[in-house]
Amino acid sequence: MLPESSPFSPDQRKSLDSLLAGFDALQRGWLSGFLAAQSSTVTTAAAPAAAGKLTVLYGTESGNTEELADRAVKEAKKKGFKAVMKNMSDISPADLAKVDHLLVIVSTWGDGEAPETAVSFHKAFMSEDVKLAGVKFSVCGLGDTSYEKFCEIGKQFDARLEALGATRVAPRADCDVDFEDAYTEWFAAALKAITPATVAVVPAAYEYTSPASTEFGKKNPFPSEVIENLLLNGEGSAKETIHIELSLTGSGLQYEPGDALAVQPTNCPSMLKDIINAAQLTGTEEIEVKGVGKKLLADALREDFDITALSKAVLKKLAEATSSAMLIALLEEEAKDQLREYIDGREIIDAIIDFAPNGLSAVALCGIFRKLPIRLYSIASSPLAHPDEVHLTVAAVRYETHGRTRKGVCSTYLSDIAKTGENVSVFVQPNKNFRLPADDNTPIIMVGPGTGVAPFRSFVEHRAAIGATGKSWLFFGDQRYTYDFLYQLEWQDFLKNKQLTKLDLAFSRDQPEKVYVQDKMVEQGAEIYAWLEQGAHFYVCGDASRMAADVHEALISIVINHGAKSREQAEEYVENLKKAKRYQRDVY
Amino acid sequence: MSDQKLAANEYIKIRSNYLRGTIQEGLADLSTGSMSEDDQQLLKFHGTYQQDDRDLRPNRRKHKLDKAYSFMIRIRVPGGVATPHQWLETDRMATQFANGTIKLTTRQAFQFHGIIKSNLKRTIAEINQTAMDTIAACGDVNRNVMCNPNPYLTSVHAEVLKVSQQISDHLTPATRAYHEIWLDGEKVESSEEEIEPIYGKTYLPRKFKITIAVPPSNDVDIYANCLSFIAIVEKDKLVGFNVAVGGGMGMTHGSEETYPRLADVIGFCTVEQVNDVAEKVVLVQRDFGCRTERKHARLKYTVDDHGPEWFLEKLNEYLGYNLGPVRDFKFEDNGDRYGWVEGVNGKFNLTLFIQGGRVLDTPSYPMRTGLREIAKIHDGDFRLTANQNLMIANVSPEKRPEIEKLLEQYGIKDSHLKSALRLNSIACVALPTCALSLAEAERYLPELLTELEEVIEEAGLRHDAITIRMTGCPNGCARPYISEIGFVGRSPGCYNVYLGGGFAGQRLSKMYRENFPGNEVKTLLGPIIKHYAKERIEGERFGDFCIRAGYVAATEQGKDFHKNIKEEARA
Repeated sequence: MLPESSPFSPDQRKSLDSLLAGFDALQRGWLSGFLAAQSSTVTTAAAPAAAGKLTVLYGTESGNTEELADRAVKEAKKKGFKAVMKNMSDISPADLAKVDHLLVIVSTWGDGEAPETAVSFHKAFMSEDVKLAGVKFSVCGLGDTSYEKFCEIGKQFDARLEALGATRVAPRADCDVDFEDAYTEWFAAALKAITPATVAVVPAAYEYTSPASTEFGKKNPFPSEVIENLLLNGEGSAKETIHIELSLTGSGLQYEPGDALAVQPTNCPSMLKDIINAAQLTGTEEIEVKGVGKKLLADALREDFDITALSKAVLKKLAEATSSAMLIALLEEEAKDQLREYIDGREIIDAIIDFAPNGLSAVALCGIFRKLPIRLYSIASSPLAHPDEVHLTVAAVRYETHGRTRKGVCSTYLSDIAKTGENVSVFVQPNKNFRLPADDNTPIIMVGPGTGVAPFRSFVEHRAAIGATGKSWLFFGDQRYTYDFLYQLEWQDFLKNKQLTKLDLAFSRDQPEKVYVQDKMVEQGAEIYAWLEQGAHFYVCGDASRMAADVHEALISIVINHGAKSREQAEEYVENLKKAKRYQRDVY
Repeated sequence: MSDQKLAANEYIKIRSNYLRGTIQEGLADLSTGSMSEDDQQLLKFHGTYQQDDRDLRPNRRKHKLDKAYSFMIRIRVPGGVATPHQWLETDRMATQFANGTIKLTTRQAFQFHGIIKSNLKRTIAEINQTAMDTIAACGDVNRNVMCNPNPYLTSVHAEVLKVSQQISDHLTPATRAYHEIWLDGEKVESSEEEIEPIYGKTYLPRKFKITIAVPPSNDVDIYANCLSFIAIVEKDKLVGFNVAVGGGMGMTHGSEETYPRLADVIGFCTVEQVNDVAEKVVLVQRDFGCRTERKHARLKYTVDDHGPEWFLEKLNEYLGYNLGPVRDFKFEDNGDRYGWVEGVNGKFNLTLFIQGGRVLDTPSYPMRTGLREIAKIHDGDFRLTANQNLMIANVSPEKRPEIEKLLEQYGIKDSHLKSALRLNSIACVALPTCALSLAEAERYLPELLTELEEVIEEAGLRHDAITIRMTGCPNGCARPYISEIGFVGRSPGCYNVYLGGGFAGQRLSKMYRENFPGNEVKTLLGPIIKHYAKERIEGERFGDFCIRAGYVAATEQGKDFHKNIKEEARA
């Protein structure tokens, strides 16, 4: 009997059923082969909806995997799948048991951490015992090869799904920051693998159609003019935090508080000079840049390639190009620790000097680089307060290791090169997971030390602009009060005008003990809990490596101490805040 | 008091509820590093001034930052005596909360600079934990009581020091505000008489300064203070004190109604009477001092307005008995004696030269570290001199070699092997922290001295003491108007130049040049110094010579200060 879900009308099913019932096994076999051969030549539209169910599960932080999941679902629907997308923040591991086909797209952050919205799900999935015997899956990980635990979370999901009994139908893809090609390849293979043989649809190679060229966005960043570029730290500071104002006039780009701005930097001129010298080239060599065309080497090094971030992937390519015995030895499995030690604090320039003492050809040199990635910055302005402008708060990264001055590519591009009047290539990266409450009366608590304060400037400006009546409370911190109180004059005005209700400050280096925002939170625990009970939303932005975890822990301790709860109850309370989207984080 | 409008600060005091104001609320608001205008005035009574880094002012707004506000904290050290533990604690706080330096003031106090608001309460609390305090270090009250710190000169010194500490305690404001605000003391309700029996709710019209000198040293500059006691020693016994009133330095540029004034020695009191006399002088000033014009409110104007005779009469009336006639005394100088000296108690005392009174480390001169190491092993005490110098006092003969080794190790041993001109110099703080300064002082005087030393060397005066003092404004913290050479900041880089002050601080100086560029001072004073070297009479002091040679007219008393100024002074 044909199932109801089959793509036939009841009448058609009835006729087919009676016909098929009269066939023997041989006749049915012949017919299926015949139909399959026929189908492979017909258009996909001719065989819709026969492909079955598909769940695309994504775990996102910056919105990339969400966007890819959305595209995957749309494409799969075109191929006849009943496809749905699921955010990891919205489901529990047990929900997966009912799924037939599962595509997982998940990013990895920092030192092998799950994306912000997927932390709970990831933790549960790794520990809970669910039976996924009937599930057919494939995983696509997004990551950054410059981190040691590249695509770690994708790898974990891949292994765990298998361990829980699910069947891998297509190999995992580990995508670097320039994920487009690897993703496309993975998606085509995965979709093919889960398409039933009886349907035998061969999906056409999936092409992501970019928006019309007049529209600015990811594929076509907007050249935005720098209106203002100023240092926020006072003379005497050990920090270098800049405030940069960019014009969006004529761009059509729109953003909301909480969104990020993607910036396409160029490389530091002295760095590309060093690379050219180390490779014993001139820079005037002509080379072919994939997807761009022919270019002078110096231009390609400045505009197209990541010429700094050192990773195992880069060293492997360098080993191929140089056949350096030393490097090959370093890449052996048993030299893992030495490799890690070598990569630590070094950049590509060091590797070229160390392993290519005789230089490299222009082609070989370009072969070791990946594409120069964009960088995301939490937007520091409200579009209502600054129409046609977008502001960023950027900490310039500069330090010295192994006898060389190192510079963060994009942060120092913004501070050193993107001076007033220059153009910067940008597009908006929406972040639906970091949003002001829909109700303007809802109180908000914002924890944003250092450049983490950026989105909260946007929030407070925005609420001031719309005349929101909800209370607001900012926890800010940095090194020193006198020099590092970012946007001090603005906060004073917001306080005076009652557009910011409370401000608490933690400056770590002003007294013998280190004092951080979480310490100030604990001091104010009773009131924080009271605000939460009044429905406040709790936001955290900034450093992911320590601050976010410490603030999280402080929040739990506040709920324990002021909500008279056990540890478990407090964790649940906080977890529920997350589920209700009242606890949102933008950490990096 | 008539119905004349009082000076603004009087109303601040009246509504402050005994110096509380809204200080506690202000401390809690950390969005700004500053305090309200009223509270800034009240904070002085608690020993702290709000300041801001004037070097940084121009660019702060461009960084979206408020002014770089911070606080100066003045620690009272009655008589200038601190224990090694107090030194170590002061040193620690300088690192942890202040700008890494300790300023030894011209009134024998420690000063911290650069304390930010969030650390203010904690620093003051920790100062109190070391048995020092800051209350009344500034403000319209009696401030740190100064006392000659030289124990080697006389066996009566210990007794005199006790007197100074006793006066200090007696005149300390009694309000609980200080304990409530800084030391988490409980709030106590009491009547006005209980709260402030001496001062009342409006305290004094203006600051009040007391010193005690032990002749022949006038190191504390008794003539520049409101009230001074001059120890009278007869047959090696302290028999009492001459009483001097009405000295003071501060004036305002362009206002001849304001002027520095020397104290008048008006009588004598016994050791037993000294507390009472101090209190009653304070009460006369409380009741008769001017409260309508703050620039006319110091005791010196009260004395001048009514005359010294009236003052003595009034004081006797308040005392209920008469002061005795002035006894003989003689001052020889107002400087410090450097190097090791053995005291009458068989212990040793070393006076170190501290340029500008600033204790700090530089790469070539780690003085602060050296003093810290000494404090760790020192079994005597430290004494701050009125000339911004430091004495390592009461060193036992056994400890002396250890201390000498440390002095050698940190390069402090030869701190006083400098020109006598430099050793007799004083500079106030001025820029960048002092809000009043019009020109540099502490940061500039060493450089100017280096220029003048060229002339001094040429003239062969390396070992001849000449007192030289510089302030950034006319308020006179470094007592510039009684030095032989005085510089008073007038505008950036420019100073009023004064000559003719008495070597023992017994005579005011006279303006020799107005608003004169600092970088031309060597050319201006070089010929006078050479003239002095060539034509001085045996034992003649530079200040006296300047008058005899006709460079300036002598200033006999404060009211003459702005008179007889030569025309070329303003050219």
